[in-house]
Amino acid sequence: MGFFDDLKKGLSKAKEAIFDNIKSIFKTNKLDEQTLDELQELLIMSDMGMQSADNILSALKQRYTQGEDALKILRDIMAENLSCQPINLSPSKKPYVILVVGVNGSGKTTSIAKLAKLYAQSGRSVVLAAGDTFRAAAIEQLKTWGERTGATVIAHQNGSDAAAVVYDALVHTKSKDKDILIIDTAGRLHNKSNLMDELKKIKRTIDKEISGGPDEVILVLDGTTGQNGIVQAQAFKEAVDITGIIITKLDGTAKGGIAFAINTELHIPVKMIGIGEKADDLKIFEPKAYCSALLGMEESDG
Amino acid sequence: MFENLQKKMASVFKTLSGKGRISESNIKEAVNSVKLSLLEADVNYKVVKELVEKLKVESIGAKVMQSLSPDQEFIRIVRDELVEIMGGKEPVKLDLKRNPAYIMLAGLQGSGKTTSAAKLAKMYKEKGRKPLLVAADTYRPAAIEQLVQLGRQIDVPVFSGDRKNALEIVKQAKDFAIRNIHDIVIIDTAGRLHIDSDMMAEVRKIHDMVNPDETLMVVDSMMGQDAVRAATEFNNQLELSGFIITKLDGDSRGGVIISIRYVTSKPIKLVGLGEKLDNLEPFYAERYAGRVLGMGDVLTLIEKVEKEVQGEEAEKAAQKFLENKFDLEDFLQQLKQIKKLGPLSQILEMLPGNIPKENVDIAKGEKQMKKMEAIIQSMTPQERKNPKVLNFSRKQRVAKGSGTSLQEINKVLQSYEEMKKMMKQFKSMGKKKFFGKMPFNM
Ligand SMILES: Nc1nc2c(ncn2[C@@H]2O[C@H](COP(=O)(O)OP(=O)(O)OP(=O)(O)O)[C@@H](O)[C@H]2O)c(=O)[nH]1
Ligand SMILES: Nc1nc2c(ncn2[C@@H]2O[C@H](COP(=O)(O)OP(=O)(O)O)[C@@H](O)[C@H]2O)c(=O)[nH]1
Ligand SMILES: [Mg+2]
Ligand SMILES: [Mg+2]
Repeated sequence: MGFFDDLKKGLSKAKEAIFDNIKSIFKTNKLDEQTLDELQELLIMSDMGMQSADNILSALKQRYTQGEDALKILRDIMAENLSCQPINLSPSKKPYVILVVGVNGSGKTTSIAKLAKLYAQSGRSVVLAAGDTFRAAAIEQLKTWGERTGATVIAHQNGSDAAAVVYDALVHTKSKDKDILIIDTAGRLHNKSNLMDELKKIKRTIDKEISGGPDEVILVLDGTTGQNGIVQAQAFKEAVDITGIIITKLDGTAKGGIAFAINTELHIPVKMIGIGEKADDLKIFEPKAYCSALLGMEESDG
Repeated sequence: MFENLQKKMASVFKTLSGKGRISESNIKEAVNSVKLSLLEADVNYKVVKELVEKLKVESIGAKVMQSLSPDQEFIRIVRDELVEIMGGKEPVKLDLKRNPAYIMLAGLQGSGKTTSAAKLAKMYKEKGRKPLLVAADTYRPAAIEQLVQLGRQIDVPVFSGDRKNALEIVKQAKDFAIRNIHDIVIIDTAGRLHIDSDMMAEVRKIHDMVNPDETLMVVDSMMGQDAVRAATEFNNQLELSGFIITKLDGDSRGGVIISIRYVTSKPIKLVGLGEKLDNLEPFYAERYAGRVLGMGDVLTLIEKVEKEVQGEEAEKAAQKFLENKFDLEDFLQQLKQIKKLGPLSQILEMLPGNIPKENVDIAKGEKQMKKMEAIIQSMTPQERKNPKVLNFSRKQRVAKGSGTSLQEINKVLQSYEEMKKMMKQFKSMGKKKFFGKMPFNM
């Protein structure tokens, strides 16, 4: 099953997928006020925000000429507004270091497990750093995933200094000649400066040990997040210069539309998406297929 | 001197002054900005549309509070309605009837169920109760271990049975609780999607088995448009008794609070304000209505006006305008009310839109207002009621008392007379139009 089907499966699980009725809107083949209003509703219900929705709709108005397939044009415009840059699954650099950050409960640890599995499948040796030394049983959670995916987990005790674990993991990865190091961090709200400082310290530790710093700094964003997602991305970008986002929980009915705003306003690409709780449930993000699925189009619609 | 003040203050007062009653056309701007602001706060699109439309219709014809514009009055109405939707002023308490009482937590993945379970246990333990935590999340790796560790931190026992089957764990926990004389049983369940029918069936079975005193859905405050669906589905399956909203220590606007209340009518009972186990609080709607609505500056102004302008006084003054009985005493009261709003400069700042601040000599304006006040205050009540009695010697006395000149007193009287004249004109234009221009134009 391809990306499209995975996503479609999630979306069609919803009894009355919001975007299902969009086709009927376009049957009239004209873009009158009412149609545009309905489209605005559909776009906003995806959490992309007023600004993004308005931008996309005015682009549609400009590009649309009577008789054309407006749905396709809309899909293309939406896809153009999403940049994707899949995570490098066969990096030549060694060790390849990925730092994973985000607010509480967004899906960091699970996404790390999923990445570990992908790398393991392509024959890479993977080390996981248990950088969440705060939340109860966060270390045990990562260790369980380590066992399941065959990755080595470097951990200290609960309550210890996160940067110190990261340092040990870096040393371990280099001395044992491992390919990939993925660093888990505690969930933190972006408006807590002490916690953001702790994150900066972790980043500095990596910068010192790895020339050029981490290869990826991934923000894990809960797909159900509303407009606060923009603020999150902004704050994490400022603190640790994120290189991309993973959107999780897209197997639900939420659409993750905030990615549009993050993309256009902050120029941060989507790396991967999470579509389930299992280690296999991480997919490369394909903007066109994603937008098609959002709009309830068939894959054969081009 | 007075002409100057009049001109300069006029624009301020025009904006400050109510335009009488709300009409569809005089709140257009506010309707739009309220809609936008609520959407930015993640209130569900359909909820916003329905709610704002309803409030618009209901508020047409409503009296505009003195010192507010119709736009501001509409925003005031919206704010009050939001407090109402959110559940009124008093927080709703958990209703634990049985012994042992059961509290069950459910919700989407990562929303904060486990942490909230431990917070609840801590809260009740501190009240002298004997809670038991039940770890019924058999799916997420180390989820049970997480609750076990949290239980240890607060010295509350955690029942986890065979750690394999959630239903079995809960069943055994019931016996365990009775045997060990626990009076509150708090059940943590696995996170699940509202469209995952197998998982929803599981949580429903747990629910039906214990028939909890409180069935609470734990919802992340950062959630967007989809909250309505998730909450509706959980409520349909579990007959929720309420919600816990978590992570409000963040900076999300929390529109989800409105959305889920609006579609389920179930109360928000508690809020999570941090990762620490004592960061759990009752829900005070008033604190969050402003956060969701945004528009902080306007709300601040409205609150100030509400505090300072006694409703009755305003009514009386308006009535007097109509009856053309507006005397100097009323004039003085109006001046005082304006002053209470804060320094003139601040009032100007709070007003939305287009008062060219450069054009207003604030220091001078404030001096003028003080002078006017002093002059009127130096008059006897009789003089204030009927300024006509102010002959030369009386004026001389007032000038002395207020430290002003005869000329200045004449100016005050003159502008008062002008105002009365204007009022007569407006009165003949009918009540509505009259209110459109007055009462603050001098
Ligand atoms: N349905 C679904 N659930 C997910 C997905 N990704 C993660 N989860 C679940 O979300 C919950 C939180 O995931 P974690 O990986 O522990 O999140 P985290 O960001 O590490 O959380 P903290 O470390 O507590 O801040 C778990 O129950 C996961 O199983 C996804 O793509 N889909
Ligand atoms: N900042 C903050 N974090 C919270 C709050 N409630 C829970 N969390 C965090 O959110 C994450 C997920 O919480 P958890 O209780 O494991 O969620 P569950 O998956 O629903 O059981 C953890 O990192 C918690 O520490 C809160 O009110 N504020
Ligand atoms: Mg984690
Ligand atoms: Mg949990």
